[in-house]
Amino acid sequence: MSDLFSELSASVSSLPLGQARRGFCGRIDAIEVNGYGAGLPAGELESRLVELGFVEGARVEILHEGAFGRDPIAVRVNDATIALRRREAMAILVS
Amino acid sequence: MTAVEPAGPWHLALVGNPNCGKTALFNALTGSRQKVANYPGVTVERKSGLFQTPSGRSVHLLDLPGTYSLRARSPDEQVTRDAVLGRLAGESPPDMLLCVADATNLRIALRLVLELKRVGRPLMLALNMIDIARKRGFEFDLDRLSAELGVPVVTSTAVRRGGVEDLIARMDGLIAMPPAAHVAAANTWTPPTSAELRATQREADRILHAAVKVPGRPDTLTGRLDGVLLHPVFGILILLAVLFVMFQAVFSWAQPAMDLIKAGFDALGGLVQANMPEGLLQSFVQNGVIAGVGSVIVFLPQILILFLFILILEDLGYLARAAFLMDRIMGGAGLHGRAFIPLLSSFACAIPGIMAARVIDNRRDRLTTILVAPLMTCSARIPVYVLIISAFVPDREVFGFVGLQGLVMFGLYAAGISSALAVSFVAKRLLWRDHPEPFMLELPDYKMPRLKSVLIGVYTRALMFLQRAGTTIFSMMVLIWFLASFPRPPEGAAEPAIEYSLAAILGRAIEPLTAPIGFDWHINVALIPGMAAREVAVAALGTVYAIEGGKEASDQIGLVLAQSWSLATALALLAWYIFAPQCASTLAVIRRETGGWHWMAVSFAYMIVLAYAGAFLTYNIAVALGAG
Repeated sequence: MSDLFSELSASVSSLPLGQARRGFCGRIDAIEVNGYGAGLPAGELESRLVELGFVEGARVEILHEGAFGRDPIAVRVNDATIALRRREAMAILVS
Repeated sequence: MTAVEPAGPWHLALVGNPNCGKTALFNALTGSRQKVANYPGVTVERKSGLFQTPSGRSVHLLDLPGTYSLRARSPDEQVTRDAVLGRLAGESPPDMLLCVADATNLRIALRLVLELKRVGRPLMLALNMIDIARKRGFEFDLDRLSAELGVPVVTSTAVRRGGVEDLIARMDGLIAMPPAAHVAAANTWTPPTSAELRATQREADRILHAAVKVPGRPDTLTGRLDGVLLHPVFGILILLAVLFVMFQAVFSWAQPAMDLIKAGFDALGGLVQANMPEGLLQSFVQNGVIAGVGSVIVFLPQILILFLFILILEDLGYLARAAFLMDRIMGGAGLHGRAFIPLLSSFACAIPGIMAARVIDNRRDRLTTILVAPLMTCSARIPVYVLIISAFVPDREVFGFVGLQGLVMFGLYAAGISSALAVSFVAKRLLWRDHPEPFMLELPDYKMPRLKSVLIGVYTRALMFLQRAGTTIFSMMVLIWFLASFPRPPEGAAEPAIEYSLAAILGRAIEPLTAPIGFDWHINVALIPGMAAREVAVAALGTVYAIEGGKEASDQIGLVLAQSWSLATALALLAWYIFAPQCASTLAVIRRETGGWHWMAVSFAYMIVLAYAGAFLTYNIAVALGAG
């Protein structure tokens, strides 16, 4: 019950990291790969994001944006900096 | 008699995340006593070396490709997984795993340690770059960390003299442990699901929290540098400046050394010519052996300079930033952000360029880059372009201010670049249809590279080129010599010797094939020695058209060509040279770098098809427009 509740409330106030702008600071609510169309199989994307430290509760901050179309982005995840494209970052829900 | 005699060296395998300083640690432990090779059948590099413990026990160290997990999503990571699990063919199972972790970035590394524990092999954790971490305010409770993880923990500073002594000293103790401690426990490792990865990461976070005090704010120097170096405008400008200097270095700084090497081998050849009786043996020593060895060595200056730059930039942590800045531009054509450096280097010469593709971790991206690198207009094409352009393109201005000859030259460069982008775009869709690799990589903190480690890296690259690519290049050179000089001309022959050779027989035989692209047998014959290196074709054309003086007489060659060829033929030859795989050394390096004939054959095939099509279209359009 409480899980369902937190999931619902997360989806209300969360935004995908892929839509956030430079300077955004927040925490990861969930990794949601279902909407991810192109590229890797969804499960594989989820595993890779987790491997790079994108786990629920981790602090994230967008440090830099690419010069063209503000893509890719450089994200501080706890104590590491990870570069990824916005398309993949859409799977990371933050608030 | 003692019951147990230590049998051979103790096997230690290095595992760690990318950017954890594993290679620097490997270099610090083994110095120059290391071997770089490829695992059979794959493009994965195998690095191993030896070092000795204080008690004199020798330890065989295997440096495994960096990985975040044993899930093995690429051939590199499969090697790591199989080696760790002790099931890599031809490799002794490791007696112990040494997991290397960047002490300033332990979070992800600890998860890997927890995963490695499940393999059941003896395991040790090395906290690398411990000095940087302590300076930045990290505090480590090593006993607590070791107790929580259940593995011995040592500290190291790979980039400092004496920074690995603690580690080496601990080795004796670990090797001397009672045999029972060495017997691997049961392997309970299975590929983790994302839920398991999460759970392990939570456990790693808990241990990190308990044993390490992390300073509140990140590395301010890296932050400030990135503020400029990753800036949307200044970052790109600085990257272009860095690339310009690098290109300049490979292109012009290497030139004096290359000229010297060339002159040295020419002089040596001259010496042979002067002192050996004329005949087949003289020709073989002069044009086969000496010219063959020379054509290998001549690439060394470019390779050394390029890898010096690449290794410094890599160790600084800048290469990952360059990939970040270039990702969008290169990604549009289906190339990896890091492909920029190999492709740029290929303008000087495709050989260092193809070797530089090693900076790309992903195998597919690396193969795509290797495939298109030879399309970049290398410096060896310039003499051919200059010869034909100055002979056939009138030296006048168009649109009032643009030189026509320069414009054609520019067009040839542009054609090379755009065809490379097009080929990579097609390759990405044709060859790897399943799923493209997403761009995801860690941007490590900036670090001062250690000169010794960089020099070891440059040295091993050079050695590897000489040993592995050199032998293939050399044998191809001898083959080309053989084709161009066998059989010998009859006594008192009037025509140049090459006209009696296998090359001429071949050239005449394929004339029906090359007639539609406007090449007569003279050109075909010149193209065969031209396989040795593109610029050799200029001298070969001189030989075929019986012009004395070789390379120095290129003005004269131009005059003769202008009389013998139609404009359509000349343009077709230019189009041919944009694409044609006219360089045996490049093909040899592709074979070596990709670990087999397969990709060499693919490169050769697609390039020759493009060259034929390009020359065919050019010739026929030119003829239709009245230039035949």
